[in-house]
Amino acid sequence: MAAPTQRRIIFQHIDEPGYSNDLACYVRHGGYDVLKKAVTRPPAELIDEVKKSGLRGRGGAGFPCGVKWGLVDRKSGKPIYLIVNADESEPGTFKDRYIMHQDPHQLIEGTMISCFANNVKQAYIYIRGEMPHGARILEKAIAEARAAGFVGKNILGTTYSCDIFVHRGAGAYICGEETGLIESLEGKRANPRIKPPYFPAVLGLYQCPTIVNNVETLCHVKHIVEFGGDAFTKIGTPNNTGTRIFCVSGHVQRPGYYEFEAGKITMGQLLHEVCGGPLPGRTFKAVIPGGSSAKILRFGERFKGKRKVGAEMVDYDWGVEDVPMDFDSLGMIGTMGGSGGVIVMDDTVNMVEALANINAFYSHESCGQCTPCREGSLWMKKITTRMVHGQARSEDAALLKSVADQIPGRTICAFGEACSWPTQSFIAKFGDEFKHYPETKKTAKPAGAPELV
Amino acid sequence: MNLKPTTLTQIDEVITHYPTKRSATLPLLHLIQEDVGYIPEGAIEWIATKLELEPINVYEVVTFYPMFRQKPIGRRHIKVCRTLSCALLGGYKTCEQFEKEFNTHRGEVSPDGEVTVDFVECLASCGTAPVVLIDDDLHEKVDCAKAKQLSAQIKAEAKKR
Repeated sequence: MAAPTQRRIIFQHIDEPGYSNDLACYVRHGGYDVLKKAVTRPPAELIDEVKKSGLRGRGGAGFPCGVKWGLVDRKSGKPIYLIVNADESEPGTFKDRYIMHQDPHQLIEGTMISCFANNVKQAYIYIRGEMPHGARILEKAIAEARAAGFVGKNILGTTYSCDIFVHRGAGAYICGEETGLIESLEGKRANPRIKPPYFPAVLGLYQCPTIVNNVETLCHVKHIVEFGGDAFTKIGTPNNTGTRIFCVSGHVQRPGYYEFEAGKITMGQLLHEVCGGPLPGRTFKAVIPGGSSAKILRFGERFKGKRKVGAEMVDYDWGVEDVPMDFDSLGMIGTMGGSGGVIVMDDTVNMVEALANINAFYSHESCGQCTPCREGSLWMKKITTRMVHGQARSEDAALLKSVADQIPGRTICAFGEACSWPTQSFIAKFGDEFKHYPETKKTAKPAGAPELV
Repeated sequence: MNLKPTTLTQIDEVITHYPTKRSATLPLLHLIQEDVGYIPEGAIEWIATKLELEPINVYEVVTFYPMFRQKPIGRRHIKVCRTLSCALLGGYKTCEQFEKEFNTHRGEVSPDGEVTVDFVECLASCGTAPVVLIDDDLHEKVDCAKAKQLSAQIKAEAKKR
């Protein structure tokens, strides 16, 4: 079956010749018209539209945005904050970068609509430190929007006021975790907070109710308010509404970003047709479908079970290529859609070495406050690095698994899961490769094999 | 610590962005590092006084975030992405090429003082791997040939000085 055509909503103007990131260009393309209408409507109606839309967060967890907004404590009398999570740093993910650099006003409009809907008076954009140009572009765009009455005091002549400030991170992956991000914004180390009691919706920034949404999620809000929540559900598939931006990297002919209706494209269509298939003379070996913490899939494995289609339960028997790229289907086969970062590896890649690369990342990025994560991620890195650069033993796979199995569920935040899933899934799917690695090491590497650690 | 007047103005402005002064810790560290090149001796106490904190509150932030450094680096900072998508397409070779070009090792200032080459984690541009951040500018698809070309540019600019 041929791949569907792209449906560009969020990325409508990305890479469009002549489209610039200034206010005049955005307004020429109908920019801020949705905000103008939104501020004439009751805020509760806007929240309802988002609830009806079924929008799921695009940062990684896929949590319904309307539900998140519904949890906000509105009776405390404390101010409500909104934080834009622009700390894009899940390996394999690179969508928010393009929104912020090329179409910053789309993000600002979505943010202001969300702020108005939730009676937020102060918003912050937490952008990762390694995007200095992105921070400057956003600051300039906010200043332009402020001068035009879209941000700041008495927005569009109403009594509603709300400002946005840009806050830069400084190279720590854990700031993408929402409570770590809040700590960081308060000027501290980004050690995530324990839940309960510190649910951001109740006790977030400065112990006030706080909404933390991903950049892409907030852009979707603009389009939901424009189309209406019901109309938005017609895009995509039930429970996976709207579009998804897939960031494809690694061993394909045409890596890049592609926006499709959620659930309407399969992994095979995405990798073979859209991305042009494997590099010449190579074959696909494995793919990580939703950022580097998502569990790996092995080409050739099959997934069987029953799934709900409409009101009926239907049998499915899928290869990796057949899996629809939505939150639920990827969840059913034991991995996740996460942030949409698809990392492809071909037959030149040794999986022990690929895992060693990933383990080095997580060991570097653990915030260090929970012992299982701090020590576990370090030991998984040490073991896999030793296997590659020192002595490898056939019993190392079991050792790695025992370390990984002791982390999840025993940490304050989901980093514990994120750092153990790669090791657990690599060993479950490629156990033989780990077992035989001591012998493999003695033989020559395939031509073109990359150095990974 | 002698900060430029513009830095001092920016520092006073950014503190007003937050309801508590402590929130300005990261912005102040960024502004000082951009001005001086690193977080110099005395900066931690200076920020602590400015924000009405204990020096440890600032020190623990400096040591937590990888972007803050307490020692000077080369005139240009070359950050090569080490993470999986870039490594799959030759990121390690790219890093080695830069080290060779400037006769240096990762994490060290080159003998001519011109650059510091570092390996960093994911720069969020995996679709154009391997990527390299030189000071504030992102360079995409940096294979060995492009690394040589970028190095030649840096050397040419150094000669002009």
